[in-house]
Amino acid sequence: MLRFLSRRVLIALPTIVLISIFVFALQKLLPGDPLLVMAGEERDPAVLEALREKYRLNDPIPVQYFAWIGNALQGDLGVSLRTGQPVTELMAEKLPVTIQLAVMSMIFALVIGIPAGILSAYKKGTVTDYVANVIALSGLSIPNFWLGIMLILLVSVKWQLLPASGYVPLSEDFWQSIRTMLMPSFVLGTALAATLMRHTRSSMLGVLSADYVRTARAKGLSERVVVLKHGLRNALTPIVTLTALLFGELVAGAVLTEQIFTIPGFGKLVVDAVFNRDYAVVQGIVLVTAVGFIFMNLVADALYFVLNPRLREQ
Amino acid sequence: MTDAATPSTITAATDPVLAAKPENRVWKKFRSHKSALFGGILVTFFVAIAVLAPILPIADPAATDWGAVRKAPSWDHWMGTDEIGRDVMARMIWGAQASLLAGVVSVGIALMLGVPLGIMAGYFGGWTDAVISRCTEALLAAPFLILAIALAAFLGPSLTNAMIAIGISATPIFIRLTRGQVINIKSEDYVESAHAIGLPTPRILTRYILPNVLPPILVQATLTIATAIIAEASLSFLGLGQQPPEPSWGSMLNTAKNFLNQAPWMAMWPGISIFLVVLGFNLLGDGLRDALDPREH
Amino acid sequence: MTYIKTAMVTALMGATALTAAAPAFAKDLRIALQSDADVLDPDQSRTFVGRIVYASLCDKLVDITPDLEIIPQLATGWETSEDGTEITMTLREGVVFHDGTPFNAEAVAANIERSQTLDESRRKSELSSITGTEVTGEYEIKLMLAGPDATLMAQLADRAGMMVSPTAAAAAGADFGLNPVCSGPFSFTERVAQDKIVLTKFDDYWNADAINFDSVTFLPIPDTTVRLANLQSGDIDMLERLAATDLAQAEADENIVVDRAVSLGYQGITFNINNGERGDNPWGNDKRLRQALSYAIDREALNQVVFEGAFAAGNQPFPSTSPWYNASLPVEGQDIEKAKALLAEAGFPDGIDLEVQVPNSTVPLAVMQVVQAMAGQAGINISLTSKEFATLLSDQSAGDYQASQIGWSGRIDPDGNNHQFATTDGGINDSKYSNPKMDELLNAARVGSTTEERKALYDEAIAIMLEDLNRLFLYHVTWIWAYNDSIKGFTPYPDGMIRLEGVTWEE
Repeated sequence: MLRFLSRRVLIALPTIVLISIFVFALQKLLPGDPLLVMAGEERDPAVLEALREKYRLNDPIPVQYFAWIGNALQGDLGVSLRTGQPVTELMAEKLPVTIQLAVMSMIFALVIGIPAGILSAYKKGTVTDYVANVIALSGLSIPNFWLGIMLILLVSVKWQLLPASGYVPLSEDFWQSIRTMLMPSFVLGTALAATLMRHTRSSMLGVLSADYVRTARAKGLSERVVVLKHGLRNALTPIVTLTALLFGELVAGAVLTEQIFTIPGFGKLVVDAVFNRDYAVVQGIVLVTAVGFIFMNLVADALYFVLNPRLREQ
Repeated sequence: MTDAATPSTITAATDPVLAAKPENRVWKKFRSHKSALFGGILVTFFVAIAVLAPILPIADPAATDWGAVRKAPSWDHWMGTDEIGRDVMARMIWGAQASLLAGVVSVGIALMLGVPLGIMAGYFGGWTDAVISRCTEALLAAPFLILAIALAAFLGPSLTNAMIAIGISATPIFIRLTRGQVINIKSEDYVESAHAIGLPTPRILTRYILPNVLPPILVQATLTIATAIIAEASLSFLGLGQQPPEPSWGSMLNTAKNFLNQAPWMAMWPGISIFLVVLGFNLLGDGLRDALDPREH
Repeated sequence: MTYIKTAMVTALMGATALTAAAPAFAKDLRIALQSDADVLDPDQSRTFVGRIVYASLCDKLVDITPDLEIIPQLATGWETSEDGTEITMTLREGVVFHDGTPFNAEAVAANIERSQTLDESRRKSELSSITGTEVTGEYEIKLMLAGPDATLMAQLADRAGMMVSPTAAAAAGADFGLNPVCSGPFSFTERVAQDKIVLTKFDDYWNADAINFDSVTFLPIPDTTVRLANLQSGDIDMLERLAATDLAQAEADENIVVDRAVSLGYQGITFNINNGERGDNPWGNDKRLRQALSYAIDREALNQVVFEGAFAAGNQPFPSTSPWYNASLPVEGQDIEKAKALLAEAGFPDGIDLEVQVPNSTVPLAVMQVVQAMAGQAGINISLTSKEFATLLSDQSAGDYQASQIGWSGRIDPDGNNHQFATTDGGINDSKYSNPKMDELLNAARVGSTTEERKALYDEAIAIMLEDLNRLFLYHVTWIWAYNDSIKGFTPYPDGMIRLEGVTWEE
């Protein structure tokens, strides 16, 4: 297991290099000149050229790349062209926000999705099953912006229960922080819950009809034990895969939801950076997201081993 | 699994997939599946609407009426009018074409790429797995937006290009799902014994691995249709998909976002339609899943 | 379902239990902006929202009235020499920057030098007429000009005239924007990108008595519906750029006050006349086609349909409320017959195609779809390509376009809305339009000494613009502010800024 992990971590390094090269290459492929966009209405060609020199945007991409890698290894990811802030500082600001949002959304998703999936599989073909499915699928089809705005109008404007938007760091005021994040994570969580519920249901159905579950039933074990212990454990593979992926996606950014609730997270940052061609920021974020995905996939792979005893023996 | 001339060493008793006569059983189970039938009807309905759009007696989806901007549903406009006075129903019906295509074709692309790659990664492991998995991670980490803008600049606006972009971006999830499932199954006794008796790898893959991989893939595919329909809109916004005034459900939703208060129906119809299409495909998928499940009777 | 419901109920119950403190923002003013500001250095910054922040953060040499007259701010008086090549300014005494550095003639000289020489400065062209400065007293400075420049005072009423602390600027260099130090009513406290910019009242402000808030927080909230919801829920006190389509809803809320002012800018369609190969197309070569499109558009209807009539229909670089508007050429109605006749005259009796690139947000797309429908009536078949702004801009400046829906936020002086777009060497002349007569008129208007003289030149130039139509004007944005009715004394300005002098909070 330890060997497996250390090998994976080693393999992860080339991935990151691959990704960083990819992102750098895109810089040349994307239309639009970062300085022209930055300039907005003030497009003085002489000034633009001087800045291009200054930020070394005229250098060949490989030269820029190695300069960037060299600095990155020393913990310097460059400066945002738009706001002048160091990228590392920007990300240090956003990462906690994004992780908090991702974790809270995932809690909503897991707490709603998995039990609903089990129940639906167990009561397959009954009214409960149908209702659970319809709700799950509507959770998936209802656009996040619609649910988000409706929640704001109802909970914040009409009932005045929760703040409509904004963000308070956990360290500043724990409860207020949780409160500001409740609605956005609920909106994100419900959509993910639908996916998890459908997968849980499907794989539970497969497992519940399997021989060993029947054997367990025949042995007279209680339904709860049969369903939860023997059933769920074996049904978890796709759920683990998905949870890891969805969590990665949450970190990469829930753009619309962040925008509606005005949460200063990664999603908004990366979208604005791409639209403004603020490449230093894009590169920094992609790098961090890549590490996030690699880590989550690693966790998923490790969990496969934990869940399936036979894999461990190999 | 329709191959009747199976090696005699594998008998129906040891092979769960062949436990019953497959074709008959599958179809019979599917037909008796009421909810699957309902799903089929839903999907057929929307496909029919999309196909028949040119001959249905509806308004011109691009015709504007300055006197009827954002009017609620009425006899003249059954689903109301949009922000520049166009008939929402006509736009819903014409938009079904773009949206269904975007949903189904891009999921098709993702399936065709994702499932084989996932099976290879999971079954062969080692370097094959390492290469495929690392590329998947790279793809996951690269923002979809960048990919879309680059494609838009090189390929220009067209629905086909949008479908390719959505399909590619949806591929990693299918690779990961398939791979995880394969890793889990390949340690099962029946796969190991098939391996032991020297069954050729392609046959093991198609006969034992694929059927067991299918359930989660089916579920994911039917869910991804919804995501793809909505993604089409953001792409047309970037100049990659359908361009205005051509309608699609996704872009109608996108516009409706600014009028949730003043004209809630603008969001309602595309929202409900996406829901029904996704519901239809999911019920169909469930039916298919049950029908293919070798163990369930 | 039960799970979802339970989760929802628990979430809400938890919330109720936690709603103990809903503080009243009596003295902290919270203002929602449509987007996040860029770098907070007046010499480097480029965004409109950035200027809104500066209105509270950085004082300028001069300011404007709502009628666009130049009035004193840090300069209390100014005099232009007879030949127009020297301006002598008297400066306000007793002003200090937020870091305690005194404001004086030396500080002004340092600021002008910084704007002209800093690598990153975007103000160079705005101050290009200044050849040097001479400090003639502690509170008197002389600006030497290359020649008469009628636009200079207007430039000094905006970012080019914003005074930053010379001490802080020298210390921070190009990083000044991370911690800006000016002399405005509020000083910089904190910025969290995409979250907030917090300013605190500056007690030593020269006009501190007129400032009635302890602090002001700017919050970027991009979604218009959400901005309004935040105002209604009391999370913010004021917002800028309410969507025209949300006006009715805001006005119906008795706790909300709405104010508006027609902007200084315009929105329209820019044609590629001679910018690279793509300029060589019927639309670039024949102004009759462009005129035909102009006749095909019902600008009043456009304003009604997309903006519920809240904006201003337009056919010139300024709105009709501007003193520079050429009143003899009012907005005309739609004339399909005339449009068709022009098309036929140009050799396209059976109609013609036109490809227009559009920024990918809802409003421009709605505007162009309306134009598309109107043009269709005259046989002009418009196809739209929605592009994100960076792509649109680079295609436009590279000449890779036929026509482009784009606008201009507007400048106080009429020169700013015209010279760079319509003169042959204009910096933003993406049409590569060139008309010697136009060059002559706009150059003359730049140095004209009296308003009457300049007005006559612009009147003539505008007549030619409407004939040549390298820019086809469609409408003028109306700035719409909505705020809590406890805010009293707010004055709308056509430059869209939020000036807090004299604004109070009365519960």
